[in-house]
Amino acid sequence: MVQLLSPAGDYAVPKEWATYGKYIDRLSEADFLKFYRDMARMRRFDKEAEALQRQGQLGLWIPAIGQEAAQIGSGYGVGHNDHIFPSYREHGVAITHGIDLMSILKMLRGVNHGGWNPEETRFHLYAIVLGSQVLHATGYAMGVKMDGMVGNGDLENDLAVISYFGDGATAEGDISESFLFAAINHSPIVFFCQNNQWAISSSVASQTKVPLYQRGSGFGVPGIRIDGNDILASYAVTAKHMDDAREGSGPFMIEALTYRIGAHTTSDDPTKYRDSEEVEYWKARDPLARFETFLRRQGIKQDFFDEVAEAGEKLSTEIREATFALKNPPIENMFKYVYSDKHPRIDEQLDWLRKYEASFGEDAHS
Amino acid sequence: MTTLAFFNLPDVGEGLTEAEIVSWKVKPGDTVAVNQVIVEIETAKSLVELPCPFAGVVSELLAKEGDTVEVGNSIISVTVADAASSVVTSSMPAVAEQAASAHQAVADAAASVSVEEKSPNLVGYGVSNSVGATRRQRHGAHNTATSSSPVAVDHAAVMATASTISVAPLAAGGAAAIAALGAMSASDGVIAKPPVRKLAKDLNVDLTKVTGTGAGGEITREDVVGGAQQASVFRNLTTPAPKSEREERIPVKGVRKAIANAMVSSAFTAPHVSIFVDVDATRTMEYVKRLKASTDFAGVKVTPLLIMAKAMIWAVRRNPMVNSTFTEEEIIVHNFVNFGIAAATPRGLIVPNIKDADKMSMLELAMAIEQLAGTAREGKTTPADMKDGTITITNIGVFGVDTGTPILNPGEVAIVALGSIRPKPWVVNNEIQVRQVTTIGATFDHRVVDGDVASRFVQDVASVIEEPALLLD
Repeated sequence: MVQLLSPAGDYAVPKEWATYGKYIDRLSEADFLKFYRDMARMRRFDKEAEALQRQGQLGLWIPAIGQEAAQIGSGYGVGHNDHIFPSYREHGVAITHGIDLMSILKMLRGVNHGGWNPEETRFHLYAIVLGSQVLHATGYAMGVKMDGMVGNGDLENDLAVISYFGDGATAEGDISESFLFAAINHSPIVFFCQNNQWAISSSVASQTKVPLYQRGSGFGVPGIRIDGNDILASYAVTAKHMDDAREGSGPFMIEALTYRIGAHTTSDDPTKYRDSEEVEYWKARDPLARFETFLRRQGIKQDFFDEVAEAGEKLSTEIREATFALKNPPIENMFKYVYSDKHPRIDEQLDWLRKYEASFGEDAHS
Repeated sequence: MTTLAFFNLPDVGEGLTEAEIVSWKVKPGDTVAVNQVIVEIETAKSLVELPCPFAGVVSELLAKEGDTVEVGNSIISVTVADAASSVVTSSMPAVAEQAASAHQAVADAAASVSVEEKSPNLVGYGVSNSVGATRRQRHGAHNTATSSSPVAVDHAAVMATASTISVAPLAAGGAAAIAALGAMSASDGVIAKPPVRKLAKDLNVDLTKVTGTGAGGEITREDVVGGAQQASVFRNLTTPAPKSEREERIPVKGVRKAIANAMVSSAFTAPHVSIFVDVDATRTMEYVKRLKASTDFAGVKVTPLLIMAKAMIWAVRRNPMVNSTFTEEEIIVHNFVNFGIAAATPRGLIVPNIKDADKMSMLELAMAIEQLAGTAREGKTTPADMKDGTITITNIGVFGVDTGTPILNPGEVAIVALGSIRPKPWVVNNEIQVRQVTTIGATFDHRVVDGDVASRFVQDVASVIEEPALLLD
């Protein structure tokens, strides 16, 4: 398992991981601070969103607390041309690629389906159907290769694809199919599996007999396991293998071993299927605390951490106010993006819905 | 300048309609901060802490601990300083307006369960005709307080995609999977193969109480059978200790109140007459056994109840008056059978029915009964499932009793009770033999069904139980 920052906060690069160490050498202090700031931002956002769901403002919330290092680190390891295909828990990766956090909340409130343009952000829409995004990513990577946008040594135009999924998704046929297609076509793709150890109530032990990072090897997709709570390993390993993919070395799998501290979603009650001792064990391996120890040893002062805490409060208030202020979308939106051109059946359905809503009189939905 | 802000109970778990207040963490006069945990609620899925959406001073708790509150009803009011948050202020007029009307109702019947208000006589035992009202109400409630009421209800369609994140795994996975965990996984610390676990489940044997004699303490089939025999002798041995207080007062509300009202209205409106007949059910039991073994019925649950249902439907065709409804003006004889089955559920007694059961084949009926029972057990029976029943059976035999005098499901004129079926001495050809014997009890509305019709109907049902081949008629 690749680990560059120990749970105690000690930084060391063993000889066999020297290639990864070089990626850390390139980072400046500003990069480190950015990593920490975004991890804290992700956690604060998560907590506020959960509260908003409990207050009836969101239909659902999908917590990612505990997975900050896996997401922020790997998110920054993705290059500026690369495309990202997330599942539904990648709030941290979204942060690293400039997604407006309100877009995520809008989706979970049912205001829209995400609403950002994946062609602009290169961060594709959240995939709700488990594992489906990995097929999309694989297809996209095949297309990238057909377009000749890989292996040219041209960092301005070459690109690779990364797809995020969880341990539970690996038990879906979609993932195996993706491995096969990616390997056969030698596609520029990194499969990034956040093994948070619980697929809702199914433990990872009930999902696989071999470590997940070995899952692709029979298909011809080599893999490696990293400490998913070590942001430096997460960044360096992702950056290195995205570079490799861009240079034409084919698909690769990264398994980030981490832990879902919270519930699967706000509809889930994890106390029904796992021990509090296990949760406590992982809370003690908190990715933020680990990186904070590292930063303090690097000479980062309390001022910085105070500033981050303050920014967190500000973010909370902003998110809160913006959520309370969200308006229901016009019903036309449901029909607008089905076909690119006008379609008589769609018009008919819209017309029907308008009449139906109007039948509620003053109560009609606006 | 202050404003009163109301916090409406949200749907915290995708499609929940109510929750119970477990404990309040604040009281009137307390100062609360945004996101401070104010109350713990219990939903069908889990215990959940709710954080306060406002900062201010608690004015009133609008529901008591132990109350079941409908989603959308206010549970607390907080006096909020206007300057405290522009969001809260801007939404205030709408909230206050909605609250003004909702408040009285809520305060009066602090968290009344929907059941009590809609229809006093039928929920829980049959159903009222108020199914359609729900959406309209919620629609209104949502729009008058856009910014503080739960989004989930009106956005059901839009949320459909988002819900699939986990509804599929959770709805099926949540309660069911957790129940299954206990029964099927090794998390109970028991070593047993799945077929043995199934056997234990069928025989109602608690595997954690069985000593395994197999390799490494594995529980074998024999261990389970032994356990079951022991359990059958020593069942219900744990009798709770007498309580220290001399009386216990249980509020009559919700489903219990609805059941009570339905029973009273039925018992004092329709003159009940009950009749009983003992019957040799040996052939029915053999028939059940053969059906179970047949490939057509593979995977389908076959029980004596199925034959009983078929027998009743057959007997209805020969005695149509028992399948009718009495109104002061006329008797409506139904030429279809919506077959009601009384089901004891954690929420109380309910009577869902199988629509047009008379049009179904044996296999279709078996599947319909299984589905109806499953839905009832999961607490997912809808009001529509309980509407428009025409005749009912209550299977009290599963509780080990011989028979009883059932009370009519309001709106119907006949109900049949199926007692336990067990080996008893029976006279065959002047000799005493051991046969599978049961008692069929039935109650009729004497305004509609005369003694001769009632007797013929029960006799017809009994003759099918005695000789299921009659169904070939």
